Amino acid sequence: MAANDGDVFAQKEKRNLELRGHVGFDSLPDQLVRKSVAPGFCFNILCVGETGIGKSTLMNTLFNTTFENEEASHFQTEVQMRPETDDLQESNVNLKLTTVHTVGFGDQINREESYKPILEYIDTQFGRYLEEELKIQRSLFNFHDTRIHTCLYFIAPTGHSLKSLDLVTMKKLDSKVNIIPVIAKADTLSKSELDKFKIKIMSELVSNGVQIYQFPTEDEAIAEINTSMNTHLPFAVVGSLEDVKVGNKMVKARLYPWGSVQVENENHCDFVKLREMLLRVNMEDLREQTHARHYELYRRCKLEEMGFKDTDPDSQSFSLQDTYEAKRKEFLVDLQLKEEQMRQMFVNKVKETEAELKEKEKELHDRFEQLKRMHQGEKKNLEEKRRELEEEMNAFNRKKVAAETLMGQTLQGCSQQPFKKDKDKKN
Amino acid sequence: MFTFGPQQPKNLEGYVGFANLPNQVYRKSVKRGFEFTLMVVGESGLGKSTLINSLFLTDLYSPEYPGPSHRVKKTVQVEQSKVLVKEGGVQLLLTIVDTPGFGDAVDNSNCWQPVIDYIDSKFEDYLNAESRVNRRLMPDSRVLCCLYFIAPSGHGLKPLDIEFMKRLHEKVNIIPLIAKADTMTPEECQLFKKQIMKEIQDHKIRVYEFPETDDEEEMKMVKRIKDRLPLAVVGSNTIIEVNGKRVRGRQYPWGVAEVENGEHCDFTILRNMLIRTHMQDLKDVTNNVHYENYRSRKLAAVTYNGGDGSKSKGQLTKAETSDDMSPLAQMEEERRDHVSKMKKMEQEMEQVFEMKVKEKLQKLRDSEAELQRRHEQMKKNLDAQHRELEERRRQHEEEKGSWEGQQRILEQQKLDASK
Repeated sequence: MAANDGDVFAQKEKRNLELRGHVGFDSLPDQLVRKSVAPGFCFNILCVGETGIGKSTLMNTLFNTTFENEEASHFQTEVQMRPETDDLQESNVNLKLTTVHTVGFGDQINREESYKPILEYIDTQFGRYLEEELKIQRSLFNFHDTRIHTCLYFIAPTGHSLKSLDLVTMKKLDSKVNIIPVIAKADTLSKSELDKFKIKIMSELVSNGVQIYQFPTEDEAIAEINTSMNTHLPFAVVGSLEDVKVGNKMVKARLYPWGSVQVENENHCDFVKLREMLLRVNMEDLREQTHARHYELYRRCKLEEMGFKDTDPDSQSFSLQDTYEAKRKEFLVDLQLKEEQMRQMFVNKVKETEAELKEKEKELHDRFEQLKRMHQGEKKNLEEKRRELEEEMNAFNRKKVAAETLMGQTLQGCSQQPFKKDKDKKN
Repeated sequence: MFTFGPQQPKNLEGYVGFANLPNQVYRKSVKRGFEFTLMVVGESGLGKSTLINSLFLTDLYSPEYPGPSHRVKKTVQVEQSKVLVKEGGVQLLLTIVDTPGFGDAVDNSNCWQPVIDYIDSKFEDYLNAESRVNRRLMPDSRVLCCLYFIAPSGHGLKPLDIEFMKRLHEKVNIIPLIAKADTMTPEECQLFKKQIMKEIQDHKIRVYEFPETDDEEEMKMVKRIKDRLPLAVVGSNTIIEVNGKRVRGRQYPWGVAEVENGEHCDFTILRNMLIRTHMQDLKDVTNNVHYENYRSRKLAAVTYNGGDGSKSKGQLTKAETSDDMSPLAQMEEERRDHVSKMKKMEQEMEQVFEMKVKEKLQKLRDSEAELQRRHEQMKKNLDAQHRELEERRRQHEEEKGSWEGQQRILEQQKLDASK
């Protein structure tokens, strides 16, 4: 045994040991909870739905408070995201709640791009977190997490089916965020209409492959209620902050001539179910899913986009430093290459232009030579002509002189020599 | 902690339900289970194994799994043992790391190095796991706490103690313990503790500190603990009957030293603090402080130092405010800088080029103009000469013509005269 002392400790398997008394680490969950309650929690809800469908009212009803949301007009040229952050407190629990409304959703004539601002907003929040996570000096525990934990998608209570805008939008968002579809202004539908509508909606979602959030069923404590709630999706909700006297109680309700729709009456609508599921039972799971699934997917895509890999062709794992270093080297090489290319291009340009200019110079030189030759030619010509003239003049002068001499001689003995005159004349 | 600003949190007028969130967190954490890695360091024979067994009320160390003092090594080793324990529905995966051979050699220089290397390697493993593109479950084997055993000499810390703590206090939460406290009387113990704390302060060693809380009760408890640091402990594997009670203790001819008796030693305080109240905080401090220090040092070496070998690795210069960004953001900025630098360079080169071309073209134009001028001049010259020649010819022709005319007249006269 002695020879194996070290081996026993080097082995990685874990032993199961019995405790002989109360050690006390069963307080660990309490310690964890206490530490996480102190700084407070973050929760971010995105509300997507057409203008006037009741998003703000529902938020106010859900959290029993009035958020500052001005009414939106129908004339927004594009969808805008309007986030609002509030600090809420219930018992001793502090919640930093951010509600994001899509203003102008569904109002444009061409709504093909309507989902884009929403997608961008969600990605931007992921990007913020990723940026912080990648920093050299980071403080994640202090970081205000703005990643969207859930998206409440408000479906108009037509009673027929989902609109194509709904399907398109939800399909684009389902891999980025936990979608909980709700039927808004559900008090315009009767019970049977509602049941049919819900079935239609769910089947349309399934046939279009839209992944909505499923309440988790692994934890035995909440498996039953979650499973049951999953069958009631989408929740048909009604919102109201007005208190109406029903019986001898004041309840939140909408007063109609034919009766009052009580928000917290489960026979009237699913508001209570939504509140239970969203806030009281599954809030932590929504946060966890966002971080562990949606964010990781975003992160993976983003890093791959930037060229990070986990293993190189030889299947050796890269450490982050190696990856960064490799990236840096690549980056510097790339920069150098670009610089080289630019210089090269420039050198070529210069060469070209030099050649052109040389051509021009040569042309000019040739022209010069040509002109020179021309001039010389002309000069020669001129000289020729001049010589000719000189010769002519000389000849003429000689003739003149000869004639005058003859004249003189003739005058001296003109009668004696008639033949000479003929001879001269012939000349 | 994000502050709640000058305004009070909004008051809710009725039941909402998110107050249940802590319970949700509680349940999820129980489902996940917990992990804790504890390191014990000290010379042989200081009662480390016994103390661990006493703390966790289990036979972590046994004849089959002997403690570090029984595993004789030539050099300091760092070894770990994993045990899974359950209590009240809560599952804890406990990893005990010990260092057989520590401080036992004649020459103990650098015996802390294997420990430092071990802790760093665990940080590195975590950093790599955290940095992967595909992240799965990240097992956390980082050392969360180091129990350092001080021999009960009664005088003060040994040079080895000081060296070790100085080198490790920025890497791990150190909790110094006075071992085998039952060899000292309470008064001796008090003096010893005072001396140790003084030496710790003098050497600027930062041992694990209890966090401040707003809770008054808790702060009172924390103050009481602080006054008794470093904790003097006694451990025991045997149960003895004292006054009808079964207690853990050490049987002496003169009495029984009880492990869990607050007047005999600080064991209970240690157990409560380590396991029942501050285990989570030890995790948090490791994660938020020690690990982050390691990470930023490691990554800072990558950034401006990665490409050029001019700077040495591992130096964190204060001038680089780049620490506020991720290395990728830095590269982006560098890229942008480079692009604008290149643009400028390109512009400059363009300018110079254009200028030179202009010059050359101007020269050519000048030459051409000059050429043209000369050509014109020459032409003018030639034309003038031509004209002059023409004039002379004309004169000559005129002269010739008139003389010939005259001759003809004379001839005619002569002819007429001769008839």
